Amino acid sequence: MKQNKNRGAGIAPERTDAMDVALFVTCLTDTFAPRVGVAVVRVLRHFGCTLHFPPGQTCCGQPAYNNGFHDEAAAMGRRLIDVFEGYERVVTPSGSCAAMVIHHLPELLATDPAYAEKSRSLAERTWEFGRFLADVLKVDFASIRVDPSRPITYHYSCHLRGLMSAEQAARMVSSLGGIDYRPLEQLNQCCGFGGAFGAIYPNISNAMARDKLDAIRRTGAEIVISNEAGCTMTIEGTARRCGASVKFKHLAEVLAEALGLMDDQP
Amino acid sequence: MSDPTWFERNVETALADDVVRAAIDNAATKKIDARAAAVAEVDNFEALRDLARDIKQHTVENLDRYLDQFIASVESLGGRVHLARTADDANRIIAGIARDNDSKLAVKSKSMTSEETGLNAALQAAGVRVVETDLGEFIVQLDHDRPSHIVTPIIHKNRKIIARAFTREIGVEYTEDPQALTMHARRYLRDIFRRCDLGISGVNFAVAETGTICICTNEGNGRLSTTRPRVHVALMGIEKVIPRMVDLAVFLKILARSSTGQPITVYTSLINGPRRPTDPDGPEQLHVVILDAGRRRILQSEYREVLRCIRCGACLNACPVYRRIGGHAYGNVYPGPIGKLLAPLLCDKDHYADLPQASSLCGLCLEVCPVRIDIPDMLVRLRRDQVRDESVPWTRRLAFEWMFRALASPWKYRLAQKLARIATAPWADGQWTRKLPGPAKRLTAFRDAPRPAARPFRELWKHEQ
Repeated sequence: MKQNKNRGAGIAPERTDAMDVALFVTCLTDTFAPRVGVAVVRVLRHFGCTLHFPPGQTCCGQPAYNNGFHDEAAAMGRRLIDVFEGYERVVTPSGSCAAMVIHHLPELLATDPAYAEKSRSLAERTWEFGRFLADVLKVDFASIRVDPSRPITYHYSCHLRGLMSAEQAARMVSSLGGIDYRPLEQLNQCCGFGGAFGAIYPNISNAMARDKLDAIRRTGAEIVISNEAGCTMTIEGTARRCGASVKFKHLAEVLAEALGLMDDQP
Repeated sequence: MSDPTWFERNVETALADDVVRAAIDNAATKKIDARAAAVAEVDNFEALRDLARDIKQHTVENLDRYLDQFIASVESLGGRVHLARTADDANRIIAGIARDNDSKLAVKSKSMTSEETGLNAALQAAGVRVVETDLGEFIVQLDHDRPSHIVTPIIHKNRKIIARAFTREIGVEYTEDPQALTMHARRYLRDIFRRCDLGISGVNFAVAETGTICICTNEGNGRLSTTRPRVHVALMGIEKVIPRMVDLAVFLKILARSSTGQPITVYTSLINGPRRPTDPDGPEQLHVVILDAGRRRILQSEYREVLRCIRCGACLNACPVYRRIGGHAYGNVYPGPIGKLLAPLLCDKDHYADLPQASSLCGLCLEVCPVRIDIPDMLVRLRRDQVRDESVPWTRRLAFEWMFRALASPWKYRLAQKLARIATAPWADGQWTRKLPGPAKRLTAFRDAPRPAARPFRELWKHEQ
């Protein structure tokens, strides 16, 4: 690990107590972007959290829910609730899965006598990574310095919508210390992922993804911060197919690298 | 793989036309940007949206009460009300009005409801010529086309196509100058207005308290169409009613802002019955045709809030799918996000089974909807109905069932990760694959697909402890 110039950076001075956090890594991040999980763990530890990883976790049920398999989604939701039972706070690197737990599970299980209350409790304890840093840990993003020679843009994921507006989310990234921030045109336009949508209508999805990639290219950014594994797979897969050399990182990876908690990925 | 559906074929055609796609995307982007600017000028726009939602929801929940009140108000003003259960009923009623008055030439100001019933063709068959007077609809009619947007019917057309239609159909000298073309249309329509003997309009809002019909237009054609002919027929869906005149103020504040980014439409006509003896002009007869055509079925269902829609078109302008495939691909009068609900709910769930699926559930439609219809949630409910009705294609159902089984326990899940890694190995390019075989080829048709990592996070975690 390289010399850490940023040690202690971003920690709000009044906070000293340790905070117990259970990581809900999500199936896509676990399977396709494990480095993001590692980055989340290291960043949260850096800010004084004690991390737990309940090994029974798989999926929040969102694919089932979005595609209309609501009995199956409810079953997966109940499973998830059991897995995270007893943890004071649950943090996830995915806004989409956070929204599933926070908004849809309580609705889906509202009439389930055994799980209605539990689902509301899990919803209250669950945080999307960025919002957790900002609202709970009160991280001062400006004090975390990123490499100013590598321009960065930010892709807003649609399913963050109910948790954080596009402007709020972009401000979080653009406030990083030293950042050469390149705003993305049409920030709130979808990248074309949409879960099964991308597989059922690959051509519509592709038209959306190409436009997103074009917008990214126009920023001249070297790095795209994309906090949703599904979006990242879609846009990065399109970039690879089109021969674009832009790098994709989760905010946690950018922070972990800036804080010297992780080697910079070339 | 099964044969492509009609929708998939439409999408294929639409995506192949880069010119049309760019035209729609540009126009929609301009409109949604204009909306954002217009909305920002109002201090309490979010509160207005809440109010608009509440007024509409209250109205649809007490619909018969307000419809009865509206009907009584119209009749007390001397208007006649006709109830149409189906689209055919509406067309028959209007053809009957034309026959009774010996009308042969009708002018029509923009009405999506009349598109829904197929009124033009029905009147044509009854010997009545109908001329569209909204410039966009006029061009659609001139070019033997269909509207592709509920507010901007020619959003898919460029200047050249329009210019050619003018030259071909009304014999004017070829020009692409919008102003010159508009003047040609104006001259053509003036003559029609002079000769017409029936005026047909839509209705934006119907005020129960006063019997007022409110029509919002930008060209004044609505006013001419409803005052110049002897007979005015206003066609509306049952959901167009609002309780009071003060409620209208709320909707006038949000409709044009949401729709085109204007503070208000250029013309806002409030029609109170036919011509009174003291009036210098106006139609001798006013007929209001109130159409059900599937709306009562929606009213009785969990999809009731769809009836709050005021047809502003904001969800179309915002929608990333609409902007790529355009309005015609939806195969219905109502395209875009709201059309994905209205088509299956008003017409036929099976025929329009693709529409609720063709969404990334990005949620922008809800973000811009002036009456906060939770379109993404309703799309998910329609998908749930398809699962319950067992109308999901078996291949898709099977894929989901395997996936759900794998996600039901950590060891099955880990096994699935390993199997997927091994299965994709022959086509691997490191962590990615460029081309997958068989049914998985859809995943790599247009972009590379990632492979499961050799070591998922749950294994890396062991080293992080």
